[in-house]
Parts: sequence; C-alpha cells; structure tokens
Amino acid sequence: MTDMLLSINGDEYPVVVDTRETLLDTLRERLDLTGAKKGCDHGQCGACTVLVDGRRVKSCLTLTVTLDDREITTVEGLADGDRPHPLQAAFIAHDAFQCGYCTPGQLCSAVGMLAEAAAGWPSVVTEDVCAEPVLDEEEIRERMSGNLCRCGAYVNIVAAIGEVAR
Amino acid sequence: MKPFDYQRAADTRSAVAALSRQPEAMYLGGGTNLVDLMRLGVATPAVLVDVTRATSEAIEESSGGGLLIGAAARNSDLAAHPVVRHRYPMLAQAVLAGASGQIRNMATVGGNLLQRTRCSYFQDIAKPCNKHRPGSGCPAREGDHRNLAIIGHSSSCVATHPSDMAVALAALGASVHVEGVEGTRTVPMPGLHRLPGDEPERDTVLEPGDLITAVELPALPYASRSRYRKVRDRASFAFAVVSVAVALDEADGVVRDCRIALGGVAHVPWRATLAESALRGAPATAEEFTRAADLELAGARPLPDNAFKVPLVRNVLVRVLSELAS
Repeated sequence: MTDMLLSINGDEYPVVVDTRETLLDTLRERLDLTGAKKGCDHGQCGACTVLVDGRRVKSCLTLTVTLDDREITTVEGLADGDRPHPLQAAFIAHDAFQCGYCTPGQLCSAVGMLAEAAAGWPSVVTEDVCAEPVLDEEEIRERMSGNLCRCGAYVNIVAAIGEVAR
Repeated sequence: MKPFDYQRAADTRSAVAALSRQPEAMYLGGGTNLVDLMRLGVATPAVLVDVTRATSEAIEESSGGGLLIGAAARNSDLAAHPVVRHRYPMLAQAVLAGASGQIRNMATVGGNLLQRTRCSYFQDIAKPCNKHRPGSGCPAREGDHRNLAIIGHSSSCVATHPSDMAVALAALGASVHVEGVEGTRTVPMPGLHRLPGDEPERDTVLEPGDLITAVELPALPYASRSRYRKVRDRASFAFAVVSVAVALDEADGVVRDCRIALGGVAHVPWRATLAESALRGAPATAEEFTRAADLELAGARPLPDNAFKVPLVRNVLVRVLSELAS
C-alpha cells in the first residue's frame, strides 16, 4: 500500500492505494467520484476516459501510484459551478446520448480532443499531415474512435462536438 | 492481478540497476499494453520499475541531421512534432494509425516497440502458447490465424508484431539506443525484433535489464516523400491486417532509391529488402512495382485463413508506390 496525495478537479485527496489499483478504481471505489465508468476495463471502450494534466487518457489502464504529482480532471470537474461545460450543453441540445453510460467518457475525450486539434495535431485522416487540421465530421469521428457508444448515438455525438468545435 | 512493488527510477542507470538486482522486475512505460497483460495474467512481474521519468521525453534534431526521440516521448507528441510531420510523414501517419487518441497520449515510444503480439492465444493463459508458456504448443496454426503471419514464421509461432510505428521505423532504418548492464549500445531497425524460430518467447534481441533510452532517425531527405497505409477490419482503432510504409526517391520516371517495410505480416516489422533492390534503378511504373512486390512475397508461406494477405499486401504496396511516384 502506498500513501499519496491526488489532485482531482482542483481538490486534494489523501489516499492509501494498492499498487495494483487503477485510477478508475480509485475514483469510483475510494473517492465516490463515479462519473468515470467501467466498460471493458481493457482500454478499448473509452467509458473511463479522464484528463491527466489536460490530456485525455484511459483511467482503467493508468496505475494510481504513477499519478502523485499530476492534475486529474474527471467529468465531475468539467462544469463551472452550476453552468455546464459547453460540451455538456451541446450534448443535451443535440440529444447526444441514450443510456448515458459512455457519456462521461465521451465528454472528457471530446475536451481533450478539441485541445489537441487546437494545438494543430493531425489525425490519420488528415490528408496532409503538415497542414492545420479542420474538424469536419470525418476528423471528429476518427479522433473520437477511442470512445464506443453501444446505443449508437454517434450521429448526435458528432453533431454536438462539431457545434463546439466551430 | 498478482501483487507487485512499484519503484520509480530517477535515471537510466538506477533503472538498469533495479532490473539487474530484481530478476522478476519489468519496466513500466505508458502501461497501455503491460497493465492489460498483468490483468490478463499473461505478465506477472513482482516489481514494476517506472521509467517514464528516467528516460527523456525530448524530441530534438541530432548532430547528424536526423532526429533523436527520447524513449519516454508519448506517441501523440511524436506524431504531432513538426519535424516528424515534414521530414518523416510516414512515421507521423503510422503512429496516428495506431490505437486511439487516449492511448497515444499514454503510450511511450520505447514501450510501443516492446508491446506484445495481440494473437488471441497469447493473451489467454488458459490456452497453450509457446510465447507465454514455452513448449505448450501453438494452436494458432490449426486455429484462429486470420490476422497472423504469412512470412518468416516457424512451427512454434505465427504471431505478428502489432506496432504501426515500428513499421515506419524499420523502413527509415532507425537506430535504437539501449542502456544495459554492460553499458550503452545502439541496435539498428530492422534488427531489434527477431523472428520466432524455436524461441518465440523472445520478441527482441534485448537482454534482461536492457532499457531503450531513445530512438534515432537518420537524415533521409527523400523520406519527406513517404506514406504509411494501413488496412484494417474497421475504419479506426484496430490492429493492421496488413500495412505498408514506403519512402520513394524518384526522378524522371526512375526509382533512385526507396525504403519499404510491411506490417501485419510477420513477427517483426518486415523490411522488404528484395523489393527495394529490385526497384533501385528501375522505371517507376506499376509493372515494376508489381514485379518487386511479387519478388518480396515469393517467400510468403501463408496459412489457410490468411492467404488473402499475400495479394492484399501486394496490391496495397503497388498502390502506395504508384501514388508516391505520380
């Protein structure tokens, strides 16, 4: 067991963790931050996506012991008080979910993805990797391919993200 | 998951010392493959030595005109780097073709090279596999091998290496900087990964305790004209069925030089040296490209359910060469 201090959504959490524990399990089982969801637990579905130092990662493959001086943001930290994050508002406006299980991961992933695009990162569908990417539907779909939605709400998810990207 | 100790190495020397002291220890990079293998019971280290802060994350131009990539650089930073995008576009494309955005943010360059095959028998400890339990047999030859090797395999293993990045690095002729118990050395690519032979449990030529500290790209001016093309079963976030990495130096309709590597076909990123030799000095035509591809693939020994890969990789290679030539 390891004593450590986790910084999550601007708050500090002293925790004692097993070295085997993933960030996902620490969030859900110890800290009652149940926004991040456990889907596949193998890094394939994206339901557990959170931001570490502003970058989207899979919390089911991240060992908590590696994170003692990192800043973690979960879906609980996206809103500004009572005001939803623009992506949260867009997901509601576009009806971008059905059961909602993948939504926290979709939201955190989209926050990270928009920052990557704003930094000029190309994707595999970017025709010229040297050019500035333009976030059209094809780009959004490729960049969000690490997040699965079993309800198949992809059309509305892409529309919601596209609205915020513009 | 079996209990393990977690240690964070401050520098490469202490990381290597930690592994040489503790035979059941493994290095931890981004963890995107290792943590999953530990959960599956395929990897059971007693100690994890975290090397993400021991090795460099920097990507910088090297004295020889190439590029030096720290082993802890994240895959996403490599693909986004302006020098990679302009001078080695097939490397940027290869990295971007792998995994998903979240995983590329976590995975390190060193770890990408050392990821294990995704052969379903290897990842299931309830099944025999010469790679996870030497001597237990290879059910893939008679079983599910659609995604497995067509060339360079052995009776004991038909696994493929899963990395896209490694295919581009093999084509570029990168050198891998290694620090071990005996000191530092460089290992050329191709050459880091090995064919399975009768020791399929060994993916690479690295010795216990060896730590990848950096990957160096040579100055290869014509690699600015290069491309990575990956064929997979769905549009994104899937391993390659086959892939090709090609750099082409062509002028006045004649191939002056080229670099070709194939992915999804072998236990190693497969450098197509026969095709390269055949093309040097040849007219840059579809006929010559086809002839070169056929020459390379003459050594293929596909299994019943992956014979389709032979014409597939030939057609993709001819297409990419033709695109780069025009």
